[in-house]
Amino acid sequence: MIENNTREKEEKELSGNSRRDFLKKSSVITAIALTPVAAVKASDLKLDEKLSDAIEQMPLSIEINGQQHNLKVEPRTTLLDLLRERLKLTGTKKGCDQGQCGACTVHIDGVRALSCLQLAVMNDGAKITTIEGLSDGDKLHPMQEAFIKHDGFQCGYCTPGQIMSAVACIHEGHANSETEIREFMSGNICRCGAYANIVNAIKEVKEGGAI
Amino acid sequence: MSKKHLENADMETAMSRVDGRVKVMGAAKYTAEVQLPELTYGVLVESTIGQGVITALDTKKAEWAPGVIAVISHLNTPGVPEYKLQNQDVIQKQLRVFDSPNIYYNGQPIAVVVADTFERARYAASLVKVTYAKQQSYSNLEDNLSKAVVPKKAKSDPKGFTTDFLRGKAEAFRDAEFQVNEEYIQPSEAHHPMEPHSIIATWEAADKLTLVDKTQGSQQTAASIAKSFQLPPENVKVLSTYVGGAFGSALRVWPHEIVAILAAKKVQKPVKLVLHRNQMSYMVGYRPYTLQKVAIGASKDGKIVGLSHASYGKTSMYEEFTENVLIMSRMMYDIPNVDTKYRIVPLNVSTPAPMRGPGEATGSFALECAMDELSYKLNMDPIALRLANYASQDPDKKMPWSSNYLKECYELGAEKIGWNKRKAQPDANQEGEWKIGYGVATGTFGAFRGGASAKATFKPDGTLLLQSAIADIGPGTATSMTAIAAKNLGLAPEKISFQLGNSTFPKAPMQGGSNTVATVGSAIVATCDNLKVELAKRAAVQKPEWKNAIAKNIKIVGTQLINSDDASSKVEIASLFSQDNLAELVVKGDAAPGEESKKYSFYSFSVHFIEAHVHELTGVVKIKNAVSVIDCGTVVSPKTARSQSMGGIVGGIGMALMEEVVLDDRTGRTVTASFGDYHVPVQADIPQMDMMFVNERDPYLNPMGSKGLGEIVIIGVAPAVANAVYNATGKRVRDLPITPDKLI
Ligand code: FES
Ligand code: FES
Repeated sequence: MIENNTREKEEKELSGNSRRDFLKKSSVITAIALTPVAAVKASDLKLDEKLSDAIEQMPLSIEINGQQHNLKVEPRTTLLDLLRERLKLTGTKKGCDQGQCGACTVHIDGVRALSCLQLAVMNDGAKITTIEGLSDGDKLHPMQEAFIKHDGFQCGYCTPGQIMSAVACIHEGHANSETEIREFMSGNICRCGAYANIVNAIKEVKEGGAI
Repeated sequence: MSKKHLENADMETAMSRVDGRVKVMGAAKYTAEVQLPELTYGVLVESTIGQGVITALDTKKAEWAPGVIAVISHLNTPGVPEYKLQNQDVIQKQLRVFDSPNIYYNGQPIAVVVADTFERARYAASLVKVTYAKQQSYSNLEDNLSKAVVPKKAKSDPKGFTTDFLRGKAEAFRDAEFQVNEEYIQPSEAHHPMEPHSIIATWEAADKLTLVDKTQGSQQTAASIAKSFQLPPENVKVLSTYVGGAFGSALRVWPHEIVAILAAKKVQKPVKLVLHRNQMSYMVGYRPYTLQKVAIGASKDGKIVGLSHASYGKTSMYEEFTENVLIMSRMMYDIPNVDTKYRIVPLNVSTPAPMRGPGEATGSFALECAMDELSYKLNMDPIALRLANYASQDPDKKMPWSSNYLKECYELGAEKIGWNKRKAQPDANQEGEWKIGYGVATGTFGAFRGGASAKATFKPDGTLLLQSAIADIGPGTATSMTAIAAKNLGLAPEKISFQLGNSTFPKAPMQGGSNTVATVGSAIVATCDNLKVELAKRAAVQKPEWKNAIAKNIKIVGTQLINSDDASSKVEIASLFSQDNLAELVVKGDAAPGEESKKYSFYSFSVHFIEAHVHELTGVVKIKNAVSVIDCGTVVSPKTARSQSMGGIVGGIGMALMEEVVLDDRTGRTVTASFGDYHVPVQADIPQMDMMFVNERDPYLNPMGSKGLGEIVIIGVAPAVANAVYNATGKRVRDLPITPDKLI
C-alpha cells in the first residue's frame, strides 16, 4: 500500500502551524513593521531566531542552590533541561524524561519533585535544591556519606535522584521502617539493583538523627 | 568448613568505592554531560512501519523550523565509506545507516534533525513527514518457526554452542523411567540501563574524530568506527569515563552512534544525541525472545540418562545474533547422552544483544526448571538431584575444572536460607493468605581472561596513577583495580588513582563477559611488579643488595621501599627519584593468558536460593528472601562484589516476575517502550539478601586467584524464583515473566 501525499495536502499542512507561517501572520510582525515578504526573508536570514527569542521566551526568576538566576526561557523547556543543558548542573539526571524513574528528583521549596515533569517557567520564584547544593561545600551531607559507606549504588546514574529522594523521605516522616522506606523510595529506579544498600543507608541516617 | 567464605557482615566493612564521592555529589560526568563549545543536538526520526520502503521523505517543514541546522537522511547522508566496500547482498552486517530507503523493523532510524537546542530539534523531528510503501512485517517467533535457520556461525565455529551437538545417543531421555519434556519461553528483555545511550561526536579534522560515547569498550568502539569511516585507527578517540550501566547494551556500535557521526560531519559541529527512554528497547539491542524445548530422562536414583535441548531465538533480517543458550546443558551435569540444537529466526526486529548472563541466563531458566520438575517426578530433593549428577570434571571438554566449589555452594546456601523449612510437596505451606515456597537453581558462566596492558606513573610523594582503557559500567572497576594494586605494592589505597574509559590508554578488553578483573587485574599485577623491579634497580645504586630483590618480596611501606627478604635494607622512596633528578617514574606492564585453557576447564559457579510468598487470591509474588552462594575464586573487592551480586539477583527477579518486551505483531511496534509498561524491579520488590562467597582461589586463571562474577549472579536466578513459586503453589509457569494472571 502506498500512502501518497498530494501537493495540496502538503501545502495545507505547511500553512497550518509552522512557525514561519506564524511569523508571516503575527501581529508582532505588523508591530515591528515588517511585511510578510520581509518576514520570510527575515526567516531566511535567521532573523526569526531573534524574533522568536523576543516572542517565545518568558522571564524566570529562580533560586538554585542558594544562587539567584534571572533568566529567559522557552515555556516548553523543562526544569530538568534547564538545569542540565542551560545551567550545566548535570548532577540531576535524565533517565526517562517522563516521570517514571526518579533520576531527575530535586527539591522544590523543600519538597521532592521530578524535574522532568516540571516546566521551568512553572517555578518562577521557587527555591530549588539539586544534588550539587546538598553538600556543604566539601563536606558531604550525611546521606551522601551513608550512600558511600553502604555502597548504595554501582554505576551512580540513579544516585543523585536516590539521595534527593532519600533526604526527602526522612523529612516527610516516611522512613520509620524498612517497609516504609521501600514503599516511599519506589519511585526511584536503580537498574544496578542497589536497593537493599540504599535502605540500609537511609535507615542509618534516620537512626543517627543527623537530619 | 573452615571459615574462609565471606558473608554480608564480612563485606560491608571492606573498602568503599573509590569513585563514590564524585558519584554521590553529582560531579561524575556521564556522556551527555560533557561540555563542548558550539554543541548541537540531534533527535532521531524513526520508522513507524515494520517492513517496507520509504517512498517520500518531506523534511522542508523541519528544515524551516527555528534553530534547525540540518535534517539528514538517506537522501543527503554524507555516507559511511565502509558500506561501499560491503557486498549489498550479504546479510551479516549491522544495519547500514541511511544507506537506502529500506525498512527492516519498526523504530529503525531513518533521519536525524540537528538543531541548536534540544527542544528545537525534538520539535522539528516531529515535523518530518514520511511516506512508505508498506509491506507485511513478521515479528512473532512462534508464527514464523518455519523460517528457523541454522546460524552461519555454526559453520564458522563448529566447536561452538550453536552447532548441532551429540554426545552418546540422541533423545536418550525416551528410554528412561522418569521423564520431563517441556517447552520454556524467555521473552525479549530490555537492558534499560538508567543512563540512556548517548554520544557526542566531533570531527576535529576531515580525518579525525573524537567521540564521547556510552560504550563498554572505548578501544573497540574506536576501532569499529575507524573501520566504518575508513580513518587511521589512531585518529579516532573515544572517551567513556563514566558509564551509567549497560548490562551488554554498549558492547558494540549501534546505528544512533553512526547517525551522530554522520550528522557531525554534515553540520561541522559537535552533535550530541541522547536516546529517549522509549527508544531503549529497540535501538540498542535486547535479550532475544527464545523458545526452548528441554527433555530429561532419569532413572529412579536420580541419575540422568539423557538430555535433549533445542533453542529458537529471534534475530533481525539483516544480521545474525547468537548466544550460548545451550552451553550449560552440555557441561553442567554428568550426563552420558546429550543432544542440542540451536536455531535462529530472522524477523522484522532490530538485532538483539548480549544482556547480562547472555544466553546462559536463558538456557539456565529452561534447564534448571526442568531439573526441578524432574525432582518432583522422582520425589527427590532438588539439591540431592543436582548432587547425584554432579560433574567432577567438565563432561563437555573432558577436562578437569580449574576449580569447582559447587558442593560448598549448595551446603552453605541451604543452611543460610533454612532449606529444611521447605515442604517436599508443593502447595503445602501457608501462612494466612500467603503460600510459601522455596526454590533453588544453579548458574555457571565461563571464566575468561584476555590480554591487557596498564601504565603506572609513580611520584616521589608516593602517589600512583594507573591507567587502562577499560570501561566501568558499574561494578567498580577502579575500586577493584585499586585494591589489587594496593595489595601488590603495599601502598595505601588513598595513594592510588585509577583512570579508565579512554581509548588512548593502554589496551583493555570490553567490559563484558565477566572478564575485567581477570584480564585487567593481571595487567595491573604485571605493571606493579615492573614498578617494584624498577624501584629495586634504583635502590641498588644506593644499596647493592637490592640487585637480588624479587618483585614478590618488595613492598612500599610508608615512605620506604622494603624487601621482606632483607628487612634491614630499606630505602626512602623519595631518594630514588632525587638521585636521578626524576620527577616521576613511568612503567608499563602487559599480561596475557597462557596455555592454561588447554589443560583446564574454567567456569564460575553460583547457586541461588529463593523464598517466595504467593498471595492465594491475587497471585502476587513477593520475594521474601534471597541467598546466593558464589564460587568466583578469590574475592578481590568484597564490598563492590557483594553489591554487584545483589544487582544480579535484582535483575534475575525482574526477569522472573515482570520484564517482557511486548511487540504489536501487526506492526512490529514495541508496546512496552516506557517504564510504565516495561516493569523493572523497584525498591518495594526487593528484600534484604544474603550474598555469600566461597572465596577459594582458582589456582590457574590469573595471579589474583579470581574467576568472573558479573554474569553468574543473574544466571540461575529466574529458575530459582520459578521453582520457589511452584513449591509454593503447585503451578508451573514455563513462560516468563511469572505475572499474577498466570497464577490465579
Ligand atoms: S527523568 Fe524524570 S522521572 Fe525519569
Ligand atoms: S546505581 Fe546504576 S542505576 Fe542505580
